[in-house]
Amino acid sequence: MEHKDAKYVRVENVGMSFDTKKGKFVALSDINLNIRQGEFVTLIGHSGCGKSTLLNLIAGLTLPTSGVLICAGREIPGPGPERAVVFQNHSLLPWLTCFENVYLAVERVFAKNETKPELKARTQRVLELVGLAHAMHKYPGEVSGGMKQRVGIARALAMEPKVLLMDEPFGALDALTRARLQDELMAICAVTQATVVMVTHDVDEAVLLSDRIVMMTNGPAATIGDIVSVELPRPRERLSLAHDPKYMDYRSAVIEFLYAKQQHPLAA
Amino acid sequence: MTAITVNDLPEMEDFGTPEAAPITKRDTVQSEAVELPIAASKPSSATENAAALRAFFRAVLPPLFGLFLLIGVWHLATSRGGSIPSPAKTWEAAKILFAHPFYSNGPNDQGIGWNILSSLQRVAIGFGFAALVGIPAGFLLGRFALLASIVNPLISLLRPVSPLAWLPIGLLVFKRADPAATWTIFICSIWPMIMNTAQGVQRVPQDYLNVARVLNLSEWKIVTKILFPSVLPYMLTGIRLSIGTAWLVIVAAEMLTGGVGIGFWIWDEWNNLKVEHIIIAIFVIGIVGLLLEQMLLLLAKRLHTEG
Repeated sequence: MEHKDAKYVRVENVGMSFDTKKGKFVALSDINLNIRQGEFVTLIGHSGCGKSTLLNLIAGLTLPTSGVLICAGREIPGPGPERAVVFQNHSLLPWLTCFENVYLAVERVFAKNETKPELKARTQRVLELVGLAHAMHKYPGEVSGGMKQRVGIARALAMEPKVLLMDEPFGALDALTRARLQDELMAICAVTQATVVMVTHDVDEAVLLSDRIVMMTNGPAATIGDIVSVELPRPRERLSLAHDPKYMDYRSAVIEFLYAKQQHPLAA
Repeated sequence: MTAITVNDLPEMEDFGTPEAAPITKRDTVQSEAVELPIAASKPSSATENAAALRAFFRAVLPPLFGLFLLIGVWHLATSRGGSIPSPAKTWEAAKILFAHPFYSNGPNDQGIGWNILSSLQRVAIGFGFAALVGIPAGFLLGRFALLASIVNPLISLLRPVSPLAWLPIGLLVFKRADPAATWTIFICSIWPMIMNTAQGVQRVPQDYLNVARVLNLSEWKIVTKILFPSVLPYMLTGIRLSIGTAWLVIVAAEMLTGGVGIGFWIWDEWNNLKVEHIIIAIFVIGIVGLLLEQMLLLLAKRLHTEG
């Protein structure tokens, strides 16, 4: 096993505030988190707790008002293909086919060193990886929501990112499609050894996929409330896990946090 | 081929194709095929025909009624004589006029066809230059906020000015009447083009721009792959507004500049006191404007549905 950086992504004393009409709104404060290379981390919390804000900070789409974020030893200067994002609403360009959407990313990252046929082969491979070989020349408007999200994942994977960032990627999908995509994502991560940070509000999803679950307190000034290390062996299988007492323990630990310690702001 | 669609329907998903369930789909198709002959039995097709007929009449009859109403009022208003010619008299004049639309007896006596064509040509040239300047300008204004805050006040200042006020400037600069008329078209066309393009650029969904940022796309790729396709519908609206205004303005501009053109023709016929020709010209201008509008709507629709 090659050496893996235990502090591949470092979030140090990060705070984030926004200027609003009503004055300064502190979304995040005092966030400290280290993510190991190859680790799968989920961020969970009630809506409005700033988990997407934290993800956007790691992506570089927004810059922190205080503290630093470091990826692979370098401060994160802004967004870039080495930290690929899978957006919640897939964000495919509707005027490009699924293939062209992925190719746009492939071309950007690899055109310097590879010929056009190589780039095309690369695009095709990653679309096959997410099981979309049959529909790759369709437009996003012609395929289902699940397929669109697969294209979104393919586009992110195609860039061979150092870190894969996913913002509630399966939130808009029906339960069956979501389960299938979760399984596929686990298989893909096993192959690619990707470092993943995923935002979710689904407890089962978090326990099933994660090495660690980062639970966030309610905003304003949200921070990390607690972290659960999920020590279930991989590959994980959802059917057998459903009756696994350890799985149940992790699950109740997260639920405990979300519903007892951090009641939903509206319910409180 | 890159077909271009409009992105105002980002959630166009779920065309009822459950992924990975092609078999189910085929099944339903087959069962439909079995049921089809029963469904398409005679009584239902008869009611369908009746419905189509009713829809047709509902679409055609009211506009026809409106036209007859206009002609009726016109007829009543002119039945006691007076300087305005009656519909019948105008119709007779139109038949003569359109018998030879493309005759030419020198520069000052040409058929109505030539007059319309030369007006359209001026509109096309003026509008073309306006598009050439206005669309890139709109992109720049939409993309760079600082530039927009410098230029927008100027546009707000100049936009309410009648393009005809610019005609003397055109005459001064170009020394000839014809390019001066084209110049007024350029002026009146450019504002909607700039404003709509800039608005389109500003309304590009943030999601697409985030994609561009994460992929770290070059400015060229951002323009060709993201901005242009999503701005296209706004641009077409700008083009439609521009052409409409240009067609309004060309008549007035030609009245002032003379030469060959529908506007000058109206003025000429006024000097000859051929009032029925003026009324014909009003209809012709209206019909040409309507056709231009419909053509552009058709174009927009085609770009909308493709892909």
